[in-house]
Amino acid sequence: MIPWSDIFHSSWPKIAQILAVLAIFFGFYAIAFAAGARVKGKKQNGLALSLFLAPAIILALTGLGIPAIQTFMESFKNADSSKWVGLTNYTRAVKDPDIRLAFYNTTAWVAICPVVVTSLGLTLATMLNKMKREAFAKALIFMPMAISFVGGSLIWNMMYQYEEPNMPQRGLVGQVMRSLGIPLQHLLLWHPWNNLFLMVVYVWGFTGFAMVILSAAIKGIPTDIEEAAQLDGATGFRLFRTITVPMVKTTIIVVLTTAMVGTLKLFDVIHTMTGGNFKTDVLSNRMVDENFVYLNYGRGASLAVLIFLGVLPITYYNIRSLRAERKHS
Amino acid sequence: MQSTGNTVAPRSWLGPSGIQVGTNPQKPNEGNFILKGDYMSKKKGLLVGAAIAALSLVASVLTTTSAKAADCSSFAEFGKFNNATVKIFAGIRDPEATVMTNVWKDFTACTGIKIAYEATDQFETLLPVRVKGGNAPDIALIPQPGLVATMVATGKAVPVSAATRANLNQYYNKAWQSFTTINGRIYGAPFGASSKSLVWYSPAQFKKLGVTVPTTWAAMEAVAAKFKAAGANPWCAGIESGAATGWPATDWIEEMALRELGPKKYNAWWQGKLKFSSPEMQGVMNKVAAWLGTSAQVGDLKSVATRRFQDAGVPGLKSGTCGMLQQASFYSSMFPAGTTFGPAGDADAFYLPATNAKFGNPVEGGAEFPVAFSTRKEVGAVQAYLASPAYGIPRAAAGGWTSANTGIPLDTYKDPVLKAVATQLQNKSGAIVFDASDLMPSAVNGAFWKEITKFYAEGKSMKDVAAAIDANW
Amino acid sequence: MATKTLKRNVGVAHSPRPFTSPIASAIVTVVAVLWTIPTFGLVVTSFRKKEDISSSGWWSAFTNPHFTLDNFRAVLSTGSGEVGTQGMLPFAINSLAITIPAVVLSVGFGLMAAYALAWIPFRGSDHVFYGLFALQGVPLQLSLLPLLTFFATGVKLFGHTIIPPLHIVGTIASVWLPHAMFGMPLVIYLLHNFVSTLPKELMEAARVDGANHFEVFRRIVLPLSLPAVASIAIFQFLWIWNDLLVALVFAGGTDDVAPLTLHLANLGGSLGSHWENVAPAALISIIIPLIVFFSLQRYFVRGLLAGSVKS
Repeated sequence: MIPWSDIFHSSWPKIAQILAVLAIFFGFYAIAFAAGARVKGKKQNGLALSLFLAPAIILALTGLGIPAIQTFMESFKNADSSKWVGLTNYTRAVKDPDIRLAFYNTTAWVAICPVVVTSLGLTLATMLNKMKREAFAKALIFMPMAISFVGGSLIWNMMYQYEEPNMPQRGLVGQVMRSLGIPLQHLLLWHPWNNLFLMVVYVWGFTGFAMVILSAAIKGIPTDIEEAAQLDGATGFRLFRTITVPMVKTTIIVVLTTAMVGTLKLFDVIHTMTGGNFKTDVLSNRMVDENFVYLNYGRGASLAVLIFLGVLPITYYNIRSLRAERKHS
Repeated sequence: MQSTGNTVAPRSWLGPSGIQVGTNPQKPNEGNFILKGDYMSKKKGLLVGAAIAALSLVASVLTTTSAKAADCSSFAEFGKFNNATVKIFAGIRDPEATVMTNVWKDFTACTGIKIAYEATDQFETLLPVRVKGGNAPDIALIPQPGLVATMVATGKAVPVSAATRANLNQYYNKAWQSFTTINGRIYGAPFGASSKSLVWYSPAQFKKLGVTVPTTWAAMEAVAAKFKAAGANPWCAGIESGAATGWPATDWIEEMALRELGPKKYNAWWQGKLKFSSPEMQGVMNKVAAWLGTSAQVGDLKSVATRRFQDAGVPGLKSGTCGMLQQASFYSSMFPAGTTFGPAGDADAFYLPATNAKFGNPVEGGAEFPVAFSTRKEVGAVQAYLASPAYGIPRAAAGGWTSANTGIPLDTYKDPVLKAVATQLQNKSGAIVFDASDLMPSAVNGAFWKEITKFYAEGKSMKDVAAAIDANW
Repeated sequence: MATKTLKRNVGVAHSPRPFTSPIASAIVTVVAVLWTIPTFGLVVTSFRKKEDISSSGWWSAFTNPHFTLDNFRAVLSTGSGEVGTQGMLPFAINSLAITIPAVVLSVGFGLMAAYALAWIPFRGSDHVFYGLFALQGVPLQLSLLPLLTFFATGVKLFGHTIIPPLHIVGTIASVWLPHAMFGMPLVIYLLHNFVSTLPKELMEAARVDGANHFEVFRRIVLPLSLPAVASIAIFQFLWIWNDLLVALVFAGGTDDVAPLTLHLANLGGSLGSHWENVAPAALISIIIPLIVFFSLQRYFVRGLLAGSVKS
């Protein structure tokens, strides 16, 4: 057994590290804020911009922007990036039946999951608002988010596991089907429904996110607006439709687009549940496989570019709806 | 291979006489003894330090190795260092990792070299990223020769130290050098090694059916028929392994290819010269389809595709719902703690019989290779240590591990199964060939798992499976 | 939709929330139960023997009770097989040392950037915002290698070192920046949504009173966006806490830097032979995230803006 004193001995530098980072971060900004507040006039905007915006942009560009450009270049190169191959990786992606299937599956994911997650999250957030034991109920729905995907895959294997009809079932869903007299099915092999079963895993895991964000927005609705509406006689669904939804509409759009980008990049559910087999593959999983399993960086990069192209219409939709929303209000 | 008819004797394939070095004296380097490294291949995503361990063994070693004061005479050859640390990165995790790092303690005490060990199931994913990104470990324990070659291609891997090469020459079959020899330079000496051509069974179930361990393919089929008649599936099978689903089935094809076509064509196959769709390989694949690809043999085929490979024979073998399981020696670690191994134990394994007398009794095995990414003296010393009896003997005594190192006396292995596997692995004169799929390009290997999974899950024909894999060459 | 049926049942005019009916409670209860069943299965499984897990479903543990603490014992033990929470504690501390600074950096910089994009007018503000949004589409898996190369070898152009290597690879500090980088687009996007909806009148009033950006940020934006900051901090915390890949690429997995996720994943054993340990490990690993959730929950308060809006 490791003695406690050893643990303390090895841990204190780390705790000191945490405190040092916090001290430096907040200390720097305390000084910067104090100094910035003295600068008056037009220089103020520039100074504020460079202190507020520049760190974030530098971080985002270093971590994502520049690698994205490198990935774009690599998508025109061969497996180990040693030779230019033109559009080969792209033409192959278009021709490969497995990748085409992954494309269709990804489309289905993006079309179905964000809407389900957002509406479910909104319903729950609205209903839970000020309900008794709100925090406890929220924690239950939020809990899947806290479970690592290793644990998550174990959990859902115990839901979907198939055993032959003459054997004791180990999957809960199979057991329920048997009790109801429904013929047993290989849930993860039952194409195309197996995609839906995988989506259930995602919805289970991601609804907590939608709920918490939307809940925070709902709690931000000024009480006087709601009270005024109630004085006008708005209750129940009408209150929901006339006050809650319009007041949190931008947040709904934000959650929806976040979920869209999320499902487009989704890979861990597929990776751990089916490994992309049984006609359930999606582009992102395929990309990770190409990159880390088949060690073909060119092909992996070309799929990453295709996924990124999928984000652009979402960006456009997002721009349009947010603009419309701002004008509206 | 001589059989004396009782339940113990058929296991003589594991002994020196069973390797049949004598049957083909003029060609000692070709033929019967084929080692296979993919038991911890990248496809498995996970790896095993020849994990034949029963947990009880692990516990017993912990007390013996760590409590004794080290005798430093056996470490003199590795030199003395001050404040040196060597970082080792691998996929070997607990409980094997704890046993291993405990054995290292004496080395550290005597040489002054600290070993910082790091293990993860993401090893195969991370190693290329880290090495290319400039964050290479000092030594990586790589189970696939293919990945060794990829690492050498980055220019960051360094050839083995002189001391390591000396150990390699002294203690190992020459063929072990060939797997990591790239452009005339050797990059790794085998560390732990293991055998793969095993069939696991329950001695109790065999006794119940009144059958003995088969030594020929025909006898094995007779045993299978007995299981069938008793209402069980003759074979246990499960190929689900997350993103690597399908790998156990690729092994079945490899085993069959080796037995049917012999080592030469086996080599041509993984080199891409013999296509999957060639008549030879189609013959092999159809044989596997008849052996482990019908519901009469393994039960519902779709279930095979979704059953975790870890669950394939546990608890099926014991309960008698399925009769036999073709799986590597590491499968022993899937049995519950306290399981005893051997013909009189709870579980045992026999050699998967040959199908073609022409090629003798080929055996497949594997090993991981400690590849260095630094020329520092202490790194070379650790690499040499890992290839030496100074490490091998205490590690083998600790149980749950076998090596191809001939410097380890066979009596060091306490478990009868381990001892038998080691006997085979130590053979210095047999030809050794590595796993086919691990030697294939990664893309072909990946397609191999995915397509063979479609055979089980979607009923894709072996012909279409072969065509789809061939498209990746 | 279920809400239609609700309409009839909601009648309490004074209540500030739309749905007060028993049906709403029932729906919430049903969803909460459905959401918990799979996890509950994990809880039950963590107390079952390996042989039982692989031969029957977890619910059969109720008809045929056969529980054991062995799995928890294995997870909580130190490497040498002795039991004690010390086995996990050093890894939990590593995880905290990785997670807390990374969350503070990403949420801190993110909030300031969100404010700048929402309330400091400058040319191209929209384009910057949408550019950052689009960066969400870049898969971090492909960023790992370029970023690691950058950290480990710096930037060289025609043989000249432009940026020297940062000598942080292999330390906990090397994980903070990647997490802050990868999380930045989403954090800014989510926070911008809240910050930009703060009442314009409030900002203008403060500006008229002579407050500059720094004062507005500190006195108005920071306190008013606490619920948003709290919720986004929770998610950043979770994502970083549950991360394994980024930590292993940059810091590695030796005992002095390995996060709890690595320790727990390795408890499954080589080749997954001890997967029965995964269940208790997964349960134990959600304790700290749940503590964080409950402690930040109190910031999700309503009515911060009450009375401040004259509309």
